[in-house]
Amino acid sequence: MSNSVLTPSRRSQYVAAFLVITYALITMIPLAWIFLTGFKSPADAISYPPKVIFEPTLEGYVNLFTTRTRQTEDFLAANPPENWADEIVRQYDMVIVGPSKFGERFLNSVIIGFGSTFLSVFLGTLAAYAFSRFRVPLKDDLLFFILSTRMMPPVAVAIPIFLMFRNLGLSDTHLGMILLYTGVNISLAVWLLKGFIDEIPREYEEAALIDGYTRFQSFYKVILPQAASGIAATAIFCLIFSWNEYAFAVLLTSATAQTAPPFIPTIIGIGGLDWPAVAAGATLFLIPVMIFTILMRKHLLSGITFGAVRK
Amino acid sequence: MAEVVLEHVSKSFGHITAVNDLSITISDGGFVVLLGPTGAGKTTTLRLIAGLEKLDGGSIHLNGRDVGSESPAQRDVAMVFQQYSLYPHMTVRENLSFPLKSPAFNLSDAEIINKVNEVARTLQIAHKLDNNATQLSGGEMQRVSIGRALVRDPQLYLMDEPLSSLDAKLRADLRVELKRIHADLGATLLYVTHDQIEAMTMATKIGVLEEGRLAQFGSPREIYGNPHNVYVASRLGIPRINILPSHLFSGDHKGPQIGLRPENIVEGEGVDARVTRTEHLGDQTRLHLDLKGHPVITLIGVHADYATGTTIKIGPRNPLYFDAQGKRVF
Amino acid sequence: MAEIVVQNVRKTFGDFVAVSDSSFTVQDGEFFVLLGPSGCGKTTTLRMIAGLEVPTSGQIFLDGAEVSQTRPSERDIAFVFQMFALYPHMNVRKNIAYPLVSQGLSRAVVRAKVDEVAQILGIDHILDNPVSGLSGGDRQRVALGRAIVRNPKAFMMDEPLGALDAEFRESMAEELRSLHDRMGATTVYVTHDQLEAMQMGDKIIVMNHGVIEQFGTPQEIYDYPASLFVADFIGSPSMNFLPFQGTVRKGATQVLIDKHTIAIPELLEDADGELILGVRPEHVFLTKNSGLPAKVIATEYLGTSQIVTLETAKSEIKARIDADQCADTGGTVQLEFHSPAISIFNEASGRALQFDRGLMAG
Repeated sequence: MSNSVLTPSRRSQYVAAFLVITYALITMIPLAWIFLTGFKSPADAISYPPKVIFEPTLEGYVNLFTTRTRQTEDFLAANPPENWADEIVRQYDMVIVGPSKFGERFLNSVIIGFGSTFLSVFLGTLAAYAFSRFRVPLKDDLLFFILSTRMMPPVAVAIPIFLMFRNLGLSDTHLGMILLYTGVNISLAVWLLKGFIDEIPREYEEAALIDGYTRFQSFYKVILPQAASGIAATAIFCLIFSWNEYAFAVLLTSATAQTAPPFIPTIIGIGGLDWPAVAAGATLFLIPVMIFTILMRKHLLSGITFGAVRK
Repeated sequence: MAEVVLEHVSKSFGHITAVNDLSITISDGGFVVLLGPTGAGKTTTLRLIAGLEKLDGGSIHLNGRDVGSESPAQRDVAMVFQQYSLYPHMTVRENLSFPLKSPAFNLSDAEIINKVNEVARTLQIAHKLDNNATQLSGGEMQRVSIGRALVRDPQLYLMDEPLSSLDAKLRADLRVELKRIHADLGATLLYVTHDQIEAMTMATKIGVLEEGRLAQFGSPREIYGNPHNVYVASRLGIPRINILPSHLFSGDHKGPQIGLRPENIVEGEGVDARVTRTEHLGDQTRLHLDLKGHPVITLIGVHADYATGTTIKIGPRNPLYFDAQGKRVF
Repeated sequence: MAEIVVQNVRKTFGDFVAVSDSSFTVQDGEFFVLLGPSGCGKTTTLRMIAGLEVPTSGQIFLDGAEVSQTRPSERDIAFVFQMFALYPHMNVRKNIAYPLVSQGLSRAVVRAKVDEVAQILGIDHILDNPVSGLSGGDRQRVALGRAIVRNPKAFMMDEPLGALDAEFRESMAEELRSLHDRMGATTVYVTHDQLEAMQMGDKIIVMNHGVIEQFGTPQEIYDYPASLFVADFIGSPSMNFLPFQGTVRKGATQVLIDKHTIAIPELLEDADGELILGVRPEHVFLTKNSGLPAKVIATEYLGTSQIVTLETAKSEIKARIDADQCADTGGTVQLEFHSPAISIFNEASGRALQFDRGLMAG
């Protein structure tokens, strides 16, 4: 027997569970496919009909991390494989001559992604606090202006930014990319964080002010700890954007500051794209954001729903 | 210990005047309650004294020192808010030591621990010191808030409706406790409330505020017995004073409006009034009457009962008289 | 208009007993209050009558028909929530009209009814305002309007004044009660505020831990509390308690506490062990004669009366005395009690002993 008329019946609970699981499966299939493809051989990866059952190999991962060259049979015979990775490569008459650029690109992603996230959240928190607490002239217009930067599609501003970056010497630099992503993210950060800070009663700071603390100390000791959840949620949104960003990265980076997203789909194997290596790269690329998001899942939920439950 | 002097203090927010030319002197060691409904300017007055709002006009002197341009921290006052003055991310102990760790003080850890323990004992919250602030009940939270003010031993305590979020029993307990703390410390205390019971029971002096102005200032007995106008008369007394046209009753009248507190209505002789409802509250029984279209409330014997529609005779005793504008004339 | 009969109703949530075996009858046209602290089961009881919860066992009769398993919509009962539960996207008129529109009435009829209800509640001037800008009091009036407009058999109100500022609560309580007097509709009202209950209720049920502690008129409950809980919960300040140990026999007219004889009404039963004498603050007198010695700790001025807090050897006692009577803090006085109004409780069971009260003096 149900407790309350608002408690759904057993049957509708089953239906709801079925729908949620189905939806989850549908969204998971591409991810699972990428994960599996990473362990296929190039032939299996492009076979038709697609293979669900196959013999797993680390070939994709080896190709992702290494640079290889074809060698003569004499050379191969004279130099036996040094390790398991070398052995995999030998079946194509190749040897490993050094690491690939993937590690470097991945590191770029980490520097640029986390750098811009830190900067967005740092500046966003300060700006949001000011918008929330002070009588800023033209506050509403300023807030709208900040948000309006989000209304343009990136492509529309791509050319001006490209020219501007070239003139300023910011093209293909870490600093340039961090500044660019921060610029895009900061509107989101200010708006989200202002909502969170608005929810923190002013009495907390006022109590601290009367207790002998300065405005900044009361912000630091009283507001920041209470806004932690909102800051975490904002950080996730910012990181997801800058981590996954593709269009600007393609346009503005090439050699030194290139991030992983433009790099991964360009991994060439024998006779075209090396699909297992691309899939392996994509899999590895997903992991940091996934861990970060899972760690902050609780905050993320409150971040997504904060507007909905506000009175 | 402090004397607080407000002279011609004014404060507006946009086109709304919150405090209007307010002058009041709070003598050293007094327990002064500012009483008024929402919007009377009582909280703004408190915030002006604390330094949370800037003065538009007038001056505030704390112990003879003009504090108009000082920051809240410099004024050495403690404030207890209606709610939200405990930091939810800290334990009770951390909350209590927070004011002592401020740059305004320069105390050793041992001194802080001693002070916190002492205050916790006074307020009977010693066993809760290591609890998180959010795990406390409403009454305990407000005790800790008061404790946060006490640890600082400031010149002046400001309290903004600290009991209004608590239930009736707790309020009654804390009223007695606050009065005791005030007597023990001999401190100056300025307390804001809309609750006349709090004002009457705790104050040495009540300041009745009306739309940002001081309507009357005096001891609870003065305000109750000798109100200057209808507004002040209506602020104290449960049930509220009946303000009626004098001509409803026969005899000589000293003003056009007569003010009758429920205990000043005599039953048995006078004019006819119809009973609309008898309300048994246990310790008192209220009789709601209709006197020629005017609602009147009076008190009768606890176990007396009148059926709705009965007609009884009522007359005034020791009435107050007001002129047409509500100003007391007798 | 309806009589509501609740019979042996019980409600459990898992292992937790929210309401245990409750029976009571709400007479047609009565203003009936369910009173108790939070978690006592009063709201659950109300929700079961309204059909928002299904009782675990027992019956509920509405005008003679058993309704405990029917849907709320089939019961023709209106429910007023504490948080108003207005539709924020509609204006006042649409909010009030909503229950009628869903019944499929013609627009002219709806309009006429809404206007009539708005007039009763004195909100006809704000009918076209959005609900978001309204004050707490007006919001609750709109919520009431939405309940009244359907002309239901009975009204269920769950702390409808709880969300209002204390300032407005009392006047709104008066307004609500006079509205009831005009309409005469059966009303079941839930509150934790004893003063609100005393002020508004024709009958009161006091609940605690899912059990009905007492049922009666406000004055009965105040004068003759059936249990320690009720004695403590009703009244502000609440009843004073003097614990003592002893044996009392049927027919006794006095008890001995600390070598002081205290007169009591004639007892109708025996009792012994840990007992508690209860006396209301207005029945405590400060004298200079013989009586229980006590020290004055605090006085609280209340206009016509004052509350004096006193310390006796047994416990703290509050007396309500005339404001003109002198009581110096720190001084010693003797206490006497108005004997006919005394109660005695058995501490272990919490139950009040039975007395032959005769007529109580006012």
